[in-house]
Amino acid sequence: MSAFLEVEELSVDLHVPAGILHAVRDVSFDLKRGETLGLVGESGCGKSMTALAIMNLLPSGGIRSARKLIFEDQDLMSANEKTMASIRGGRMAMIFQEPMTSLDPCYTVGNQLVEVIREHQHVTLKEAGDRAVFLLEKVGITGSSSRLKQYPHQLSGGLRQRIMISMGLMCGPSLMIADEPTTALDVTIQAQILALLVSIQKEFNMGLILITHDLGVVARMADRVAVMYCGQIVETGDSGDIFENPLHPYTRGLMDCIPVPGKTERGQELGNIPGIVPTPIGDLWGCPFRNRCHLAAPGCADKDLNITEISPGRTCCCARL
Amino acid sequence: MLMYTLKRLGLALLVTVSVSLVSFMLTRVSGDPAIALAGEGASSKEIEFVRVHYGFDRPLIIQYLDWAGRALHGDLGESPFLFLPVTEMLKARMGVTMTLGLCALTFAMILSIPLGVLASVRPNSWIDRIALTISVMGQAMPAFWFGLIMIIVFGVYLRWLPISGSDTWAHFVMPSIALGYYATPAIMRLVRSGMLEVLASDHIRTARAKGLRWPKILFKHALRNAIIPVVSVAAVQLGFMLGGSIVIESVFAFNGLGSLAWVSIARSDLPVIQAIVLLLATIFVFLTFISDLLNAFLDPRIRSST
Amino acid sequence: MEVVFPTPGRIMRRRMLTHKSFLGGGAMLLLVFVLAFFAPAIAPHNPFHQDLTNRIIPPVWNESGTWDHPLGTDNMGRDYFSRVVYGSRISLLIGFCSMMIAAVIGISLGVVGGYFGGRTDMVVTYIITVRLSMPAVLVAIAVVALIGASTQIVILVLGCLIWDRFAVILRATTQQVRVMDYVQAAQAAGCSILWIIIREIMPNLFNNIVIVATLAISRAIILEAALSFLGMGVQPPTPSWGLMISEGKEFMFFNPYLVTIPGVALFILVLGMNLFGDGLRDITAPEGRL
Repeated sequence: MSAFLEVEELSVDLHVPAGILHAVRDVSFDLKRGETLGLVGESGCGKSMTALAIMNLLPSGGIRSARKLIFEDQDLMSANEKTMASIRGGRMAMIFQEPMTSLDPCYTVGNQLVEVIREHQHVTLKEAGDRAVFLLEKVGITGSSSRLKQYPHQLSGGLRQRIMISMGLMCGPSLMIADEPTTALDVTIQAQILALLVSIQKEFNMGLILITHDLGVVARMADRVAVMYCGQIVETGDSGDIFENPLHPYTRGLMDCIPVPGKTERGQELGNIPGIVPTPIGDLWGCPFRNRCHLAAPGCADKDLNITEISPGRTCCCARL
Repeated sequence: MLMYTLKRLGLALLVTVSVSLVSFMLTRVSGDPAIALAGEGASSKEIEFVRVHYGFDRPLIIQYLDWAGRALHGDLGESPFLFLPVTEMLKARMGVTMTLGLCALTFAMILSIPLGVLASVRPNSWIDRIALTISVMGQAMPAFWFGLIMIIVFGVYLRWLPISGSDTWAHFVMPSIALGYYATPAIMRLVRSGMLEVLASDHIRTARAKGLRWPKILFKHALRNAIIPVVSVAAVQLGFMLGGSIVIESVFAFNGLGSLAWVSIARSDLPVIQAIVLLLATIFVFLTFISDLLNAFLDPRIRSST
Repeated sequence: MEVVFPTPGRIMRRRMLTHKSFLGGGAMLLLVFVLAFFAPAIAPHNPFHQDLTNRIIPPVWNESGTWDHPLGTDNMGRDYFSRVVYGSRISLLIGFCSMMIAAVIGISLGVVGGYFGGRTDMVVTYIITVRLSMPAVLVAIAVVALIGASTQIVILVLGCLIWDRFAVILRATTQQVRVMDYVQAAQAAGCSILWIIIREIMPNLFNNIVIVATLAISRAIILEAALSFLGMGVQPPTPSWGLMISEGKEFMFFNPYLVTIPGVALFILVLGMNLFGDGLRDITAPEGRL
């Protein structure tokens, strides 16, 4: 059985003036082809770093380590830069959060689209241009041949994000990572982009990792969900399961914060999680959530975190359950 | 785009006129030109004669307008020492100085752009340190001294290059280096910091995520963005170099505008001095104007919005 | 999970003591300052004393050199080491004084233009552009030639020419600071403009002023050397390093030390000043370096 994407104990350390920041700690998850995994958590919990670590695009000073990092039977940890470069954009694509700054202002849209596919495949300029037009239409951009000649600054944020998506699809990748793809966009555009991602994923049968802090997005789109807190995954499971029956105190806290039609009563106070997220610098032990958790007990401070599998495909790392 | 260009042009003209006015006033006010022209030991009668003959007794502003009016027609006066039309004198010498300036700029760019790119790709590495050392040392050496040292080493001891005159291409090598290296640190630092900034930007991250390889990312995407301010700085540096040519031309015995200026200052040949200052200022203003246009042209964001 | 972040003072001190440029440049500057202040004690001979029987003796590392004149003598028999030592005074004096004049002109223009904006700023920018368009060395030489060369004239002329950097940088920084909340708060509280400029804006410009000042001093020193080299600066027999190079030029083919030694002295002083300024910039605002 071939592994599509297997991540086991992935960690990312960053050197900062105050010491070593453990941005990602022992993150493990699997992804099947055609499946959408929602990676959820607050800002700064390490979701983006996880994605960058998989693609080996960490900022300078960032060091990653993993027990296993396998994509389509290929070990990514031992792959050199040349191999990674051939995988990136070709078989694995990533879309970023800020469409306004993600495109090179000095070249036309067409130039930047065509350059991806010509890097990875032997195609003529015309073939590449045709593919670009095809994909632009797929993502819902009209007048695509004239769009190719435009410069990024002449386009709106929603348009640019669509172009980023089509840029990711140029080589027909099997895995797409979308890092907060709609956060910087207007609310009305958000829904369109998300629907677009869903339809494209189905059509191309891609694996999709959707990184977001918005639980509503996850509920709509993800098959499976992994909840992250302070660099660690605290709970995973099928998305329906997690929303119906959150196990980890943090996940429950998150669920309490949002109103759910049918469950939340009018006039009911929304929950909040007291305290702030700690900074994971230096030596760490025990559960990172214990300072804010209503179930906390003295034992939570000195145990190593263990992800326990509660049922197939459902994990949680709370020691108090 | 048109309005932008016209506005810049208008400003350029205003500045040129102001520079010519300032230099005119400075030369008249800092000493009595009649005494300077008449020479040492001239009697007061001779001085008075010179004063009336050249119109130094008229109000300053009239003198200026008279000169400026004629300058607009291309008549920059006549040298009272050589009795040659100044315009002809300048034309004969301009080629040498312009060539020197362009060679110096080329040298500076050839040295600083690769250094800057290399230093930015590996910041704080040994290449970065070497590049910064070269740049810091470059700014600490006076150009005329560097020229003299080169003459001693390459001209006298090694005998590789000729040490005076401006006849062949070989004659231009040392003066170009002496004139150009001073701009190297500024350009190199600009390239380095520009590249560092661009390399940290989002669209470079996108380029990497697309799987493009490093040479392409560096040159197609990073340098193309980082070079925009460099081009305008280079044009301005060329202007500075032309102004600084007076020292280098003296060291290397070039017969360009710089040495003409030097000789004219020595004998207070005012029409020539004023004409050279006007010419250099006009060229400088023109170069700044060009650099603004280049800036706008190279950046598609400015190009399509003005 | 307690994290201790170091205090700003401690960070600054740590940076100062580990920054190579800052320390290296500071050491070079200190050397030249010591030479200048203690010149009478350090120089073995009177720098003006001519001894025509001992002309052009090479430095001590040459076979015909002597320890009596460790850096040799020039074409008038004057001890080179003493002249180099006293020359440091000239360079430092002219460097600092010109910088002062340039600072007054440039800072005033820059702050006024940056603070008031609008038409005032247009005038200031125009003045700066006119100054930048003038070939500085050329105009300096012409003016000095017409007035007459002396140390004071050189200081005045240089000061009136090198203020452009001050003006440009201070104008840009003032524009940035002017829109800060604390300035707007002071304006809302009705403080007078002079008060705002002196108490709110200037302290924030201080870093920039010091850094530009070091650059201005270097520039003044090099310009003075060029002027003196061309005979339009400090007049003989004053021992200016630029003048020494010019006097040694005609003998340099067989006695290059006459030209190299003063140049090396200039190089050390200017390099020290530049490294020090760079170091200061890195220590106070290390964007893009650390």
